[in-house]
Amino acid sequence: MRFYLYKLSMFGLTLFIVSLMIFFVFQLLPGNPAQIILGLDADEQQIHYLEQELGLDKSAIVRYIDWMAGIFQGDLGESLRYQVPVSDVLAERIPVTTSIAIFSMVLTVIVGIPLGILIARMNGKRIAVFLSMFTQLGISIPSFWFGFMLILLFSVTLNWVTSFEYVAWSEDFFGALQAHLLPSLAIAISNIAVVIRYLRNTILDQNKMDYVRTATCKGLSERAVLYGHVLRNACIPIITIIGLITADTLGGSIIIENVFALPGLGSLLIQSITSRDFPLVQSMVLYIAAIVLVIHFVVDLLYKFIDPRIRQGR
Amino acid sequence: MKKSNFKAFLLLCAVSLALIACSNANSTPTDEQEVNAKENKAGGTVRIAMSTEVDHLDPYQSAATDTMSMMDNVYDGLLDTDESGELVPAIAESYDISENGRVYTFKLKENVMFHDGSELTAEDVKYSYEKLAGLSGDEPISSQFEVIEKVETPSDFEVVITLKETNSAFLAANIRPILPADYDNHSEKPIGAGPFKFAEYKVGQELRLVKYEDYYDEEKVPKLDEVQFKIMPDPESAILAMRSGEIDVIPGISAQGKEQLGDTIETIAAPQNMVQLMALNNQVEPLNDLRVRKAINLVIDKDMIIDMVAEGDGVKLGSNFSPSMELYYQAGLEDTYQPHLDEAKKLLKEAGYKDGFNLELTVPSDYQFHVDTAQVITEQLGQVGIQVDIKRIEFSTWLEKVYNQAQYESTIIGFTGKLDPYEILRRYVSDYNNNFVQFENEEYDALIKEALAATDEKALAHIYKQAQTILTEKAASVFIMDPYRTVAMKKGLQGWKMYPIQKFNLEDLYYTE
Amino acid sequence: MRSNRLPLYIGLTFVGSLFVMMLIGVFYTPYDPNAMDATNRLALPSATHLFGTDNFGRDIFSRVMEGTKTAFFIGTTAVSIGLFFGFLFGAFAGYFGGWIDEILMRFIDAMLAFPGILLAIMLVAVFEPGIKNTVIALGVMSVPAFARIIRSTFIQYKSYDFVKASIAKGGSALHIMLKHILPNALSPIFVAASLSFSGSVLAESGLSYLGLGVQPPDPSWGRMLKEAQPYIATAPWYVVIVGVVITVLVLGFNLLSDGMRDIHDKRV
Repeated sequence: MRFYLYKLSMFGLTLFIVSLMIFFVFQLLPGNPAQIILGLDADEQQIHYLEQELGLDKSAIVRYIDWMAGIFQGDLGESLRYQVPVSDVLAERIPVTTSIAIFSMVLTVIVGIPLGILIARMNGKRIAVFLSMFTQLGISIPSFWFGFMLILLFSVTLNWVTSFEYVAWSEDFFGALQAHLLPSLAIAISNIAVVIRYLRNTILDQNKMDYVRTATCKGLSERAVLYGHVLRNACIPIITIIGLITADTLGGSIIIENVFALPGLGSLLIQSITSRDFPLVQSMVLYIAAIVLVIHFVVDLLYKFIDPRIRQGR
Repeated sequence: MKKSNFKAFLLLCAVSLALIACSNANSTPTDEQEVNAKENKAGGTVRIAMSTEVDHLDPYQSAATDTMSMMDNVYDGLLDTDESGELVPAIAESYDISENGRVYTFKLKENVMFHDGSELTAEDVKYSYEKLAGLSGDEPISSQFEVIEKVETPSDFEVVITLKETNSAFLAANIRPILPADYDNHSEKPIGAGPFKFAEYKVGQELRLVKYEDYYDEEKVPKLDEVQFKIMPDPESAILAMRSGEIDVIPGISAQGKEQLGDTIETIAAPQNMVQLMALNNQVEPLNDLRVRKAINLVIDKDMIIDMVAEGDGVKLGSNFSPSMELYYQAGLEDTYQPHLDEAKKLLKEAGYKDGFNLELTVPSDYQFHVDTAQVITEQLGQVGIQVDIKRIEFSTWLEKVYNQAQYESTIIGFTGKLDPYEILRRYVSDYNNNFVQFENEEYDALIKEALAATDEKALAHIYKQAQTILTEKAASVFIMDPYRTVAMKKGLQGWKMYPIQKFNLEDLYYTE
Repeated sequence: MRSNRLPLYIGLTFVGSLFVMMLIGVFYTPYDPNAMDATNRLALPSATHLFGTDNFGRDIFSRVMEGTKTAFFIGTTAVSIGLFFGFLFGAFAGYFGGWIDEILMRFIDAMLAFPGILLAIMLVAVFEPGIKNTVIALGVMSVPAFARIIRSTFIQYKSYDFVKASIAKGGSALHIMLKHILPNALSPIFVAASLSFSGSVLAESGLSYLGLGVQPPDPSWGRMLKEAQPYIATAPWYVVIVGVVITVLVLGFNLLSDGMRDIHDKRV
């Protein structure tokens, strides 16, 4: 119990540091949101009017406290740019990013894990070295450039995909599949490579362990040892790496959403920074940070669940 | 009674349109048209890709050009503009300006209905103008209207506006929307008297307008049933959407985009009354030296920029004024500075910069067009030893640092068109707030002041032409071009017109196929 | 098994050839990388223009050569910054443990909770884009990774007898950290540095794609990609070539770190 309380309070503390970091970093940004909304041709009168309406005349400290107080009441404030509650805007964008991220994670797992096992089993053969280098290639390609290449191939050359309008799963299954596939693949490519490499290394490390030797001596087939013992023990490192990848997936989608013009958090984030829509940016960054921390937290819990011997964080 | 006539007229329109449509359809059939065969004749939906979001549905709180262009179809003003920038009556039937230019009398049309069915009367105009001018107790909304002293309504369909002083720029301000009196919920349900009714707005995604059957100008009752503005910030995805037939119109497409779409679409291109300029901060060294500014003007080859950056789609400028405003345009200034390196070097030597100097060129990174221009200019200025250091900053930062505080040496920006020359040329008046070029010239200040007080159109044109000449002669900046606006439209869609301001005349659009 | 050295050799070849390209580029490029040619825009690769020309008629090959300088500069500097601060954080946290460790690590956690690119975007937005600030942002971005690796090596070595012995002898903390632990931690640091180098090059291209990275006239591969994007349908080779060059450099460093790790593992 104490363990959970400790973890939970650390979670809160980290989020608090994050919130302070974002808020005060953004106070340093030059640019007046009211003027950005109104543009080059705005009247001074209009700018002045809008500043008051948006509450920009209050001091930074007051706004930070307002923001924090709001969060505890479940109120994220109002977007300056859209002039609707931040939660409404997020409610529209979060499903897109989440859906792409999950789809990309699924791709990563269903491609990465079997390939990782396969490559581990081929260890020692000459081809394994080449396969390993090939996975390095996956990590080395800039994901957004890979996105370009997918567009070039499937849209420009083959003309298979003619638009990248986002389609939700609930609207039209095949349409959604089409909308998700390329962006998810662009995000997944490096993650797949990471999972393969990590899994291979873990399996090879486990193979050196005594229990594997014993099992093999007892006459168990290589297959039985692998699936019966090695993989179970390889679980923890794999969960760790998948946890870490999730953070990367969220980050990766910032650029990929811009390449494929998806209406998700990533593209909104860039636009909101540009338009100095502080309430929106703050809440988005806090949300992303919270997700990442929650995943780390869950990974910690899974550790304990799978292997109770592990005592993390005392 | 009037109604039935009106219906008969509509029917006639529809029939004649159908005839036109049939004859056209026979001449150029393609696959795409078969799909859309049902959208024939009158009726149909047009989907337009917009690159920026709606800033505010309330027309008095919105200032973004794109939003105003969209909502202009929902709201009408007393006056409107035609393609040449001339003001034409809209809600007003006629107007009269007193001898001294201070009293404006508008006679209103008597059949104008707001979308909620109420009649538009002089009271609504009074309400709207007093709100804009800040006469109803609140702060003024628009500085263009601050000049109003009082608004009177002698009858239901007559409005008399008295100005504090003569102001020749006021007339063009009368295109501002008229709102129904005491209705305050435009940000959720806009109500105007324009040819389209507001239907729905999905934040950051779509704005939907539908045809208003009872529009007062019978000839201009929309032929289309519905217009959908789709918000697509990324130009590349708008192009892809156009290719796959999900978008019918892109109102501003880049030269590269046009190339990508090839002949699958129709395009209209025309100057847009914009001024793209390389602004030189007249107060910083060495740009405060007229010889240096002239030298820069003599090095920059505008034709090359137009070719390289705009693929030839641009009109060369010589002053802060586009030929789109024919009446006021001083022709010939664009040839004042022809590329002439020796002359430029001579001027630089005289000014004490024989070996050139370092120049910081701040560019808003959000605009690839300006960034590209900056790269060409950097190359060109290098020829005389001016080492340009390009500094890309976000537009938000640009607004504050460059536009508001004039903390820069040189920058590249485009000013969108205005209907009145005063709004365009006052940027260089020495005490104007956003005179970020920091141009100071007494003669110029006097001319612009004189222009405001002028009552005769010819005299006015003459004054504005002189003002343009001063900007050129004093090399206030490098005035580059008015880039064309290229509108990409689905084949078979007709009726789009170009104006000296960004205006979408959706009521004129129709499908021929 | 000799073939295990193959990744190392390939990595060395990739990095080496780009490094040589950079050295040559200091003295010679086939064309002036910034010279525009209005008559020869978006030309296909040919004998005169090995990689073709861009939308301003500039020679892409010469620009790629110029870009190697930026890439190596960014990689090296970002790694140095990341390493320096990562070492400070990691070494102190790992060596002293307790509440110092707790506070430093919460700080590192907060940084890790930001996706790296987001952190860089924020930093660059605040301090204006440009090569200097890009490098700082990328350096800061790699601090958490270094800090974690260095911290764990320090925790590990702290429990070793030779370290305990010198603590008992009353050696100063700094002395022990630098003289006894650091030399043993060098190998994993090299591996991490090599990875961080390639990560920085990748991140720079991403930032430049978003318009926040290196600014002209400093040549950058990332910005070239951004400039190439509108021509993806009309001049696809532009976007392909630049992407391949970035991949080759990043792959080179990744293979190099792989090879180094293999050698290190064997020694242990």
